[in-house]
Amino acid sequence: MANRIPRVPVREQDPKVRATNFEEVCYGYNKEEALLEASRCLNCKNPRCMTACPVSLQIPRFIAELAAGNIAGAAAVIAEDSSLPAVCGRVCPQETQCEGSCILGVKGEPVAIGKLERFVADYSRQEGKPAAENAGAKAKNGHKVAVIGSGPAGLACASDLAKWGYDVTVFEALHKAGGVLEYGIPEFRLPKDKVLKHEIDDVRALGVKIETNVIVGRTITIDSLMDNEGFEAVFIGTGAGLPKFMNIPGENLNGVFSANEFLTRNNLMKAWREDYLTPIHAGKKVCVVGGGNVAMDAARTALRLGAEVHIVYRRTEAELPARREEVHHAAEEGIIFDMLTNPVEVIGDEKGWVKALKCIRMELGEPDESGRRSPVPVAGSEFEIPTETVIMALGTSPNPLISKTTQGLETSRRGCLVANEEGATTRPGVFAGGDAVTGAATVILAMGAGRTAAKAIDNYLKQA
Amino acid sequence: MYQILSKDMLTPTICRMKVEAPRLAAAAQPGQFLIVRADEKGERIPLTISDFDAKRGTVTIVTQKIGASSSDIIAYEPGEAFNDVVGPLGLPSDFTEMDAEKLSAMRYIFIAGGVGTAPVYPQAKWLHEHGVAVDVIIGAKTKDLLIYKDEMASVCDNLFICTDDGSEGFHGMVTALLEKLVAEGHNYTQAVAIGPMIMMKFTTLTAKKLGLPIIVSLNTLMVDGTGMCGACRVSVGGKTRFACVEGPEFDGYLVDFDEAMRRQGQYKAEEAEANEKHVCKIGRGK
Ligand SMILES: Cc1cc2nc3c(=O)[nH]c(=O)nc-3n(C[C@H](O)[C@H](O)[C@H](O)COP(=O)(O)OP(=O)(O)OC[C@H]3O[C@@H](n4cnc5c(N)ncnc54)[C@H](O)[C@@H]3O)c2cc1C
Ligand SMILES: Cc1cc2nc3c(=O)[nH]c(=O)nc-3n(C[C@H](O)[C@H](O)[C@H](O)COP(=O)(O)OP(=O)(O)OC[C@H]3O[C@@H](n4cnc5c(N)ncnc54)[C@H](O)[C@@H]3O)c2cc1C
Ligand code: SF4
Ligand code: SF4
Ligand code: FES
Repeated sequence: MANRIPRVPVREQDPKVRATNFEEVCYGYNKEEALLEASRCLNCKNPRCMTACPVSLQIPRFIAELAAGNIAGAAAVIAEDSSLPAVCGRVCPQETQCEGSCILGVKGEPVAIGKLERFVADYSRQEGKPAAENAGAKAKNGHKVAVIGSGPAGLACASDLAKWGYDVTVFEALHKAGGVLEYGIPEFRLPKDKVLKHEIDDVRALGVKIETNVIVGRTITIDSLMDNEGFEAVFIGTGAGLPKFMNIPGENLNGVFSANEFLTRNNLMKAWREDYLTPIHAGKKVCVVGGGNVAMDAARTALRLGAEVHIVYRRTEAELPARREEVHHAAEEGIIFDMLTNPVEVIGDEKGWVKALKCIRMELGEPDESGRRSPVPVAGSEFEIPTETVIMALGTSPNPLISKTTQGLETSRRGCLVANEEGATTRPGVFAGGDAVTGAATVILAMGAGRTAAKAIDNYLKQA
Repeated sequence: MYQILSKDMLTPTICRMKVEAPRLAAAAQPGQFLIVRADEKGERIPLTISDFDAKRGTVTIVTQKIGASSSDIIAYEPGEAFNDVVGPLGLPSDFTEMDAEKLSAMRYIFIAGGVGTAPVYPQAKWLHEHGVAVDVIIGAKTKDLLIYKDEMASVCDNLFICTDDGSEGFHGMVTALLEKLVAEGHNYTQAVAIGPMIMMKFTTLTAKKLGLPIIVSLNTLMVDGTGMCGACRVSVGGKTRFACVEGPEFDGYLVDFDEAMRRQGQYKAEEAEANEKHVCKIGRGK
């Protein structure tokens, strides 16, 4: 029986070595390993894995192609549903999605779906097959669509529309395309030149134009795009980029950064490299406040810059919202986890630099309405962690720039754009998806929302 | 790419450039800034839009050489191009949104320090063109460091010059000159100070003493300029604000200048190291 083969382990960089470099942590499967792992899949009739994938990737189909040695065929199957497989294969929270539902996981280890998806994408890329060829772009239909933001939502929406013949321009505020994939997720999890660049080049190869350095709401507005530049529909995929702070005393001391600032300096501006000019400050000891993927990324970046790093989180390890794999990798690399700990003040020295993070111990109280046990402070348990740097990784919310400068766009109380299931906003012809609508979520959900909106835009323009 | 169309050195360390950036030029308003990234490895450097021409699609920037990145910017020559220029960023000055009646009752005094003179120019120009009373003080350490004298004279009612060493105009600081003007009976309704943080701090103290409302334009550290990183945060009236999206202009009375100055020096150690190692990129061979 195929499923007697144990899950094929994936090779990784030694934790001690990788803690000092920015090379990718996970090497991925080679062909032999991938074919062996693919042979474990039972090719279920009612594949539970597929239902649990937010874009319903045809998992058994692509794995079957792969198992048969037809890697190009596997890539074509994946391309029907995903435009960023090398990315998703690396960063999706597989343990709660596809792999979390794989039938083999009931008694043993699930199929390594993410690693297989990554292998197929990496292999096809190395063979030099652009996605455009796989998918077969159609002739231009003459309709112009604007996409705002070049994160996974925008790229996915743009790709689909371009494949159907639309004339698509993506407007991006930063100098580089990719959204969080470029500025947030570090090199050691998602290599920029090796992987991301190619996925974006694939989007360009479909005929999508990407205009960087254009801030919609400042450089141009949605109204001017529609009224003066002939765009018939607009997709907003501007993400949730606004960082949160705790509003505790001392947060503006020198040495307190948002995770966004820290990661942007390091990733987008490549501050870790000697030959790039942007500075970054980690110091000898860093406290990262928060427990999500962002916190893990900031912590592991600071570690690689040479600091001793503590993750300060108010609940316990079981509640850490970050991907399991990332928590595991962080612990292996030597990140120290200070759980049930909540900052109450940042303490500075006489020159206004961070000296310590004052925290209070927490305990888990009664479960709240959501069933989660919420942390409550233990009275009188305040203590100080001496530290040079504090990085706040508390989550983000959507940037109000677009909603403030566009007539007729409704937002929710949390500042998210209001859109229906198809992605239509409250303004005709304007669609939205990804973190801008849901608040901070995941790459695959953003990609899925971009594709759903692409369909809705296609319908809208066909009816118009 | 953003081509440099013209360049002139206003002083040995202050450089004016006209740069092609059509979308930006069409949208720019007084009070706003842009961000330049000279080359692939460069920093994102915020600079005020010192002038803009929507028809020609150009913006003017005036850069003072401070460290590695500003040196790189001013080493570019006409015909070459910056990798990235993005903007306009920040909110336009308040007066661009005031109604005509309110505006006609205003009497502005701009206080410009050093390279901060260039950002004052588009504001004075806008007000002058809209028939509003505008006086301008330009202050510098010494005569050779004064910039924009002729340009400014053509867009204001009265231009006052002062130098710390008395080599031209009033002998003393801008604060002393401002006090003197008010004492002489100039009844200004609004002051605007743009210059080094320390100069804005003391000008605000003087304005407060004179009971004169004052707006300052904060040159905090910045990365993205879109509200995404929080590097630019300042305390205004006890609240944290992001200078890049909620500013750069704020009510001077409410700004915590000491914190702002301290935060500006956050990367001093790293920058000093970079400046030491940095080879100026003149003749970068592209
Ligand atoms: C550090 C970090 C780690 C993460 N790790 C994971 C992970 O491991 N797995 C996972 O699934 N998810 C992860 N996420 C979440 C995931 O990256 C996001 O959910 C996803 O990127 C959202 O995609 P998006 O397209 O909606 O927005 P974004 O990726 O945020 O892209 C939005 C783009 O729009 C641009 N933009 C914004 N405003 C404007 C404007 N006015 N005009 C023009 N352009 C504009 C922005 O510059 C940006 O490039 C992580 C997030 C962060 C920050
Ligand atoms: C909204 C805004 C508008 C600006 N407009 C102009 C302008 O029109 N012309 C102009 O010449 N400059 C302007 N600046 C300042 C300019 O961005 C800085 O001078 C520049 O970033 C310095 O970079 P550098 O690498 O050359 O120097 P660095 O090597 O980074 O810095 C050298 C030293 O200068 C200090 N410093 C760093 N950044 C700043 C800053 N933002 N302000 C003051 N001191 C700083 C540091 O503490 C450091 O010790 C503006 C800044 C902002 C935020
Ligand atoms: S896209 Fe993500 S959830 Fe879907 S199969 Fe791939 S790794 Fe799993
Ligand atoms: S559930 Fe698991 S075994 Fe079944 S098709 Fe999906 S991956 Fe294969
Ligand atoms: S510069 Fe990044 S938020 Fe203002």
